[in-house]
Amino acid sequence: MEQAPSVDVRDFSLWYGNFQALLSVSAAFKPGIITGLIGPSGCGKTTLLRSFNRINERYGNVKTTGNITILGKNILDTDVSIASLRKRVGMVFQRPNPLPISIYENIVFGVKSHTPGRERKRSAMDQMVESALREVSLWDSVKDDLQRKATELTLEQQQKLCIARLLPLKPDIILMDEPCSALDANGIERIEELITELKSRFTIIMVTHNMAQARRASDECIFMLMGEIVEHCPTKEMFFNPKNEKTAMYIEGRYG
Amino acid sequence: MPSSHPSSNTPPAARKGWRAAVAGIADSIEKPVEVLIRVCGWSSIFLVAAIFLFVLLGAMPVLPKIEWFGEHAFFTSTEWHAKDDHNPSYGVLGMIVGNFAVAAVAMLIAIPLGLAAAVYISEFAGSTTKEWLKIGIEVLAAIPSIVWGFIAVTIIGPMLQKYTGAQWGTNLLNGGIVLGLMSIPLIVSLAEDSLRAVPDSYREAAMALGANKWEVVRRVLFPAAKTGLVASCMLGVGRAIGETMAVLLATGNKNQIPDSLLDPVTTLTAAIASEMGDAVTGSDHMASLFTIGLLLLIITCAINLTANVFIRGHKKKGAA
Ligand SMILES: Nc1ncnc2c1ncn2[C@@H]1O[C@H](COP(=O)(O)OP(=O)(O)OP(=O)(O)O)[C@@H](O)[C@H]1O
Ligand SMILES: [Mg+2]
Repeated sequence: MEQAPSVDVRDFSLWYGNFQALLSVSAAFKPGIITGLIGPSGCGKTTLLRSFNRINERYGNVKTTGNITILGKNILDTDVSIASLRKRVGMVFQRPNPLPISIYENIVFGVKSHTPGRERKRSAMDQMVESALREVSLWDSVKDDLQRKATELTLEQQQKLCIARLLPLKPDIILMDEPCSALDANGIERIEELITELKSRFTIIMVTHNMAQARRASDECIFMLMGEIVEHCPTKEMFFNPKNEKTAMYIEGRYG
Repeated sequence: MPSSHPSSNTPPAARKGWRAAVAGIADSIEKPVEVLIRVCGWSSIFLVAAIFLFVLLGAMPVLPKIEWFGEHAFFTSTEWHAKDDHNPSYGVLGMIVGNFAVAAVAMLIAIPLGLAAAVYISEFAGSTTKEWLKIGIEVLAAIPSIVWGFIAVTIIGPMLQKYTGAQWGTNLLNGGIVLGLMSIPLIVSLAEDSLRAVPDSYREAAMALGANKWEVVRRVLFPAAKTGLVASCMLGVGRAIGETMAVLLATGNKNQIPDSLLDPVTTLTAAIASEMGDAVTGSDHMASLFTIGLLLLIITCAINLTANVFIRGHKKKGAA
């Protein structure tokens, strides 16, 4: 039986001022797998990804039409709570961006936003920090100094922390915008491993520029071009037998 | 065709000679220029030292005659009769207390308002509003001190009398309000700079975790920009302590320890300014005013040094 999609995009268009960055895009993202978003620079991958937690709206000039249904609710409805949307839809950025506060505070940052002060328990938060850091295998290297400033960690550790700080919020969906592009080869390998370990419990949508990475790490792939989705299919199929000529050209490295 | 450019119409050989000459000049002036630049660099230190020396020398004649601590001494008395040649008394306690009291009231007003305005400008205002507000802040900063003095005397004073029943309109509160308003632009522009310097990725990180704008300010921007914000407030304090003209007009210039916010007070700066005109060059009176100046210089330098040490300390900690 086909599982219900956790993110369902229907005829979604987005404008930055007068420039239309997404042209009536439709796609369904399945839970429990990693969907890769690929395409040449400027095709709208980041724009699409940033629409799923509505963080694009911080630029005042963004207009949208269409629907994005996440877990049964159109998130573009006016009555949607941005805070609870972002609790369910976590995001990992291209450059690791831990907050310039302690490791501990980074992990509980989201939880503190979502629970009123009197309902927070120290012991519960300690527990949360430990399990989140264990899940990204960062616990052993930082457990002795959780008060250390998170921005002092190595880039790889920072990116792991950025993944770990989503976990206490128990998101359903994790968005990743080229999560490895700031890392070296070892870092890439370990973050990819981590993402693969996490995938069964989440819906992961990952933008990548790196064909090899898309091939290694994603289960399904979406190829975008000039604000449109050209092809969406299982990754294997896309790489071995692309249906669209443009997809084939891109995969062979004939676009930028 | 005549031309002032030797390179355009001189034969190649001559051109080479000309180039060499220029290079030679460049070489020969390199050293003096370097020295000049170094002198300019160090001049700030020399200037500070020279000013200290100048003020100290000015104060020198009267320094042995002043009793510093004790019952009716410099630091313990509010009696200031420096003009009296036969039986002078030098008590600056009232000025010191007045100075700090006025500055404290000013900061109680300027720090919250200044930081709030900075947060609004950098985080909440749209881009057009932002431009206009920034222009407004700059204009506010450019208002001459004496104009603030007029405002204190003709607007704030009568208002205070009307609403608080104060006997005099020019008093500690008036001075504090005026100084507060005067310090706001400095605090706003420095605080806004340091908020703007916080990388946008921090804001996005926090927002993506579900924080609202206000939480971003409180939990991300304030900690991230803490050093700059504290420094902006300290420089505001420095400004408030060193300000003269407006304070002279606004405080009522009375050398006493205030009992309430509505008592007239004076400050070190106002006392100097109000007596300087009568002081005869070379007299003890003049030297005593220099003594007050020396004290003021020490206080403001101490505040600035503290601010600097604070910033350095934080930078080091951040880098470690
Ligand atoms: N804030 C913005 N305002 C105006 N135009 C924008 C904005 N952000 C992106 N764009 C434009 O929208 C288009 C899509 O940009 P987007 O960042 O989504 O591309 P991308 O596929 O992520 O590219 P890359 O691979 O380089 O990251 C580009 O043409 C870009 O110039
Ligand atoms: Mg992008």
